[in-house]
Amino acid sequence: MRVSEEEVRRVAELARLAFSEAELRQLAGEFNRILEAFAKLNEVDTTGVPPTAHVLKVKNRFRADQIRPSLPRPEALRNANAVKDGSFVAPLVME
Amino acid sequence: MKFEAVIGLEVHAELATATKIFCGCATKYGAEPNTQTCPVCLGLPGALPVLNEKVVEYCLRAGLALNCRIADFSKLDRKNYFYPDLPKAYQISQYDLPLCRDGFLTLASGRRIRITRIHIEEDAGKLIHSPEGEGYSLVDYNRAGVPLIEIVTAPDLATPEEAVEFLEKLRGILIYLGISDCKMEEGSLRCDANISLKPAGAKHLGTKTELKNINSFKALGRALAYEIERQSELLAEGKTVKQETRKWEEAKQRTLPLRSKEETQDYRYFPDPDLVPIELDPAYVAAIAASLPELPEARKRRFIEGYKLPEYDADLITGSKHLADFFEAVLKFYFSPKAASNWIMGEVLRLLGEEGLTPEALAVNPAHLADLLRRIDAGEISVSQGKTVFEKVFRTGASPEEIIRAEGIRQISDEARLRAVVAQVLQTYPQSVHDYLNGKIKAAQFLTGQIMRETKGQANPQLIKELLAEELAKLRP
Amino acid sequence: MELCDLTLHEIKDLFAQKEVLPSMVMASVVKRIGEVEEKLGAYLALDLEAALAAARAADDRIKAGRALGVLDGIPVAIKDNLCQAGRETTCASRILQGFVPPYTATVVQKLLDQGALILGRTNMDEFAMGSSTENSAFKPAKNPWDPERVPGGSSGGSAAAVAAGEAIAALGSDTGGSIRQPAAFCGVTGLKPTYGLVSRYGLVAFASSFDQIGPLAKDAEDCALMLSAVAGFDPLDSTSVRGTPVDYTQELDRELTGRTIGLPREYFGEGLDPEVRRLVMAAVAQLEDLGARVVEISLKMTEYALPVYYLISSAEASSNLGRYDGIRYGRAAAGREDLAAYYTRTRAEGFGPEVKRRIMLGTYALSAGYYEAYYQKAQQVRTLICREFAEAFRVVDAIVTPTSPTLPFRLGERLTDPLAMYMSDVCTVPVNIAGLSALSIPCGFARGLPVGLQIIGRPFAETTILNIAHQYQKVTGHHRARPCGTGHDRAEQEGGSPDEV
Ligand SMILES: [Zn+2]
Repeated sequence: MRVSEEEVRRVAELARLAFSEAELRQLAGEFNRILEAFAKLNEVDTTGVPPTAHVLKVKNRFRADQIRPSLPRPEALRNANAVKDGSFVAPLVME
Repeated sequence: MKFEAVIGLEVHAELATATKIFCGCATKYGAEPNTQTCPVCLGLPGALPVLNEKVVEYCLRAGLALNCRIADFSKLDRKNYFYPDLPKAYQISQYDLPLCRDGFLTLASGRRIRITRIHIEEDAGKLIHSPEGEGYSLVDYNRAGVPLIEIVTAPDLATPEEAVEFLEKLRGILIYLGISDCKMEEGSLRCDANISLKPAGAKHLGTKTELKNINSFKALGRALAYEIERQSELLAEGKTVKQETRKWEEAKQRTLPLRSKEETQDYRYFPDPDLVPIELDPAYVAAIAASLPELPEARKRRFIEGYKLPEYDADLITGSKHLADFFEAVLKFYFSPKAASNWIMGEVLRLLGEEGLTPEALAVNPAHLADLLRRIDAGEISVSQGKTVFEKVFRTGASPEEIIRAEGIRQISDEARLRAVVAQVLQTYPQSVHDYLNGKIKAAQFLTGQIMRETKGQANPQLIKELLAEELAKLRP
Repeated sequence: MELCDLTLHEIKDLFAQKEVLPSMVMASVVKRIGEVEEKLGAYLALDLEAALAAARAADDRIKAGRALGVLDGIPVAIKDNLCQAGRETTCASRILQGFVPPYTATVVQKLLDQGALILGRTNMDEFAMGSSTENSAFKPAKNPWDPERVPGGSSGGSAAAVAAGEAIAALGSDTGGSIRQPAAFCGVTGLKPTYGLVSRYGLVAFASSFDQIGPLAKDAEDCALMLSAVAGFDPLDSTSVRGTPVDYTQELDRELTGRTIGLPREYFGEGLDPEVRRLVMAAVAQLEDLGARVVEISLKMTEYALPVYYLISSAEASSNLGRYDGIRYGRAAAGREDLAAYYTRTRAEGFGPEVKRRIMLGTYALSAGYYEAYYQKAQQVRTLICREFAEAFRVVDAIVTPTSPTLPFRLGERLTDPLAMYMSDVCTVPVNIAGLSALSIPCGFARGLPVGLQIIGRPFAETTILNIAHQYQKVTGHHRARPCGTGHDRAEQEGGSPDEV
């Protein structure tokens, strides 16, 4: 399965990343080399094999519905790039 | 050509838990921006989610009340997309293994509307748009991480009326279950609708549109009706319906296409590695099932059979859990079901309506209404006096006794005294007596009014009616 | 030998005898930092003032015989991906520059509660993605045994600091070998705990289903002490495992007689440096001498581990790193006119090339049309790898392999070839895929550079692998070699291990 530059551009858009044309070309090349090496996985017969998302047997981990103190607002906003009226400032969102 | 509508709903209800779904922040509505946040719900690097047990319990309650199968293995997944109100750039939701599936809700017509799935997920924050031309948005993450259930129906609804009925019934059930306050105006109940048309009797479905921004039951009905008309016109003209998301514009009462984002959505769902699977013990599920409260349908039946209420009354009162609770509380103090029902459907709803309030806002002490009903039955005050007193009870919260005493309201039922007043009024208005005796029955009303005036409205109306008839009969030649 | 070159347990004993106080150890560590840090770049931020103040408080406790625990007064370093309230945490990434967490990671809090002196934050590959610490956005760290070579990665700063005496011990994180491989390259002992043993709360996530925090220290006994201090259930981490606290030193002194050690032939094939093979086989012989039974085993799925690891870890990373958007924290691009452009510029400027490559790979592996072929396939093969290890552990108590197939490479040598860099992890990633316990101990020197031996254990069998490591270290001296300030300069190690023990 070969990955085209166009496809790499689409993935970059999904990931909110941007690359120059030269970078895109290089990335597509790397992608193809990496994926070619990874195609090795197709040798493995996985019919009927369940996927493992968790190595642990842990399940049902819950917390009680009890209020814990929230951060003081200045702490919550402390790392924000810009703050106004007690809120985070984000680029304009058009509905 | 005649078209049939095929409608499905996607309902989001905020769960009435004390804390958020994955952290201990409070969920109080209307708090100052960003005062209910922590490293987890702000998506700070390194913070990790831990699932609130109440969220699972509430979702199970909904699932069981809506006749769903409860999954024996369920998990949480990440839905990845970028938006400023989504702190982690993914929403923790459930993709292929929701907690509940394959349920139904029955409409009054007896039609079963299938419920495909109910799953749990986290809400996003709130975007506040800056004043015109300022070029930025403000983000408040208080709502980020508030627990939601998403209820998805099969496309089983055929008319806007059915859709509205479904949503009203669903809301009633969620409120009865105590798992959501379902306030559409505060956004704790949200509804999107899918709608397509097909020629009457046809098997295959047409192209559907998805309707968003539906903020009330009325809007749901209107948006669907509008869309049926719009799609019918298109199809009648031989045009095609475009598959798209449309927004209901309340002000203009129409739907408009949402500006479609150029990029195609690809949410890249995958199991959230920070959370572990949910595998519920059947005994736990059974215990939740056993603890479900009485639901609207059962309560209605009980009101009809137990209290002998007409179906109309029972339906109306059980339609609101608050009204039904109020009704039964009144009965605890004074058992007169039909009278209580009349007063609730009459005066209580009238006064709420005048104030623009919903039944949830009813603040009358049920003991006060019970006391009033008892006094009326005892003949201590008249029904019309009772209405005056109740309005004051409703507005001030004072007890009927206080109001009656303060205003000197009482009913004169002393027969000798009233007979004297009647005699005196008949003497004062011979013309009216004459008219009455000559067949002008209306004259009796005038005479009754005069008697009431004489007694400052305190005469027992039933008694006056009888005495007046007797005295007039005596004058008949 | 300077105080800073002693082990944690040696210092602890000196404290107990009241011969040495924390301030004296601090002074020695600070002096060493002054001598070598500029050359090594092990730290991204030093916090010496706070550590010195904490040392004085620890002095009083030690003098009064009221130590808070074995870590009281011990200068330690933490990797820059562990949050500490009020301390800038960058993960060696530009995008997190200036980020000061308002909260503290569970493991860091445990260190503080037990009186440890936190010296500062160590250098790493950006977001822990890398095997050389060259992917640090700020500066590469260097190998104390040869500053022209990499210290390994991604916990290269922690490994270099411990090796050079810039810290008595350190915490790192291991997603695919990021503790063990730098430990091997720097000649120290590093332990990756079983997944779920140490809380991840406050560890900036790379790949959530693989990440574990663990110690890098001068020997197995020190690792056992550090692990005892940080392991345990944490209600804030859903993947943390319940259990009663364990003293990980409890089995150190057990004899190896009766232990069966497996030697998987797939780890000794093509691409293994002959010198590394020679030293690892010598270590295996040593373990046999100590009474262990060594059996050859086969782990046929090994060759699939690398793709499984890179697909799953990149997929998880692509999601974990979505949050760096310049709104709530971290660096943002200038201009706020357009949402998509703001995100894209912030992320394009903030992330380094390797991080971008992994985000791209992971996004691709999860995207519509490729999910089944890549992500899901990898998760299925993961199941088979787990099963194969479980099968092997029915026969053996531990599995021994090289930690890295090669010696520490030169700076820049593999930077241009991502696949070659990924190959550095070939021996370590299977452990993370299956969530096992594993450690790396020095097993000799080749061309003056340290070589690491990896000992893999069953899940939650840390006491077993620590026991094997400790028994080996009792009869060997590789772990006592020091690169700086002790007279063992590089020249002396040329051609083999210092055998004065
Ligand atoms: Zn929170």
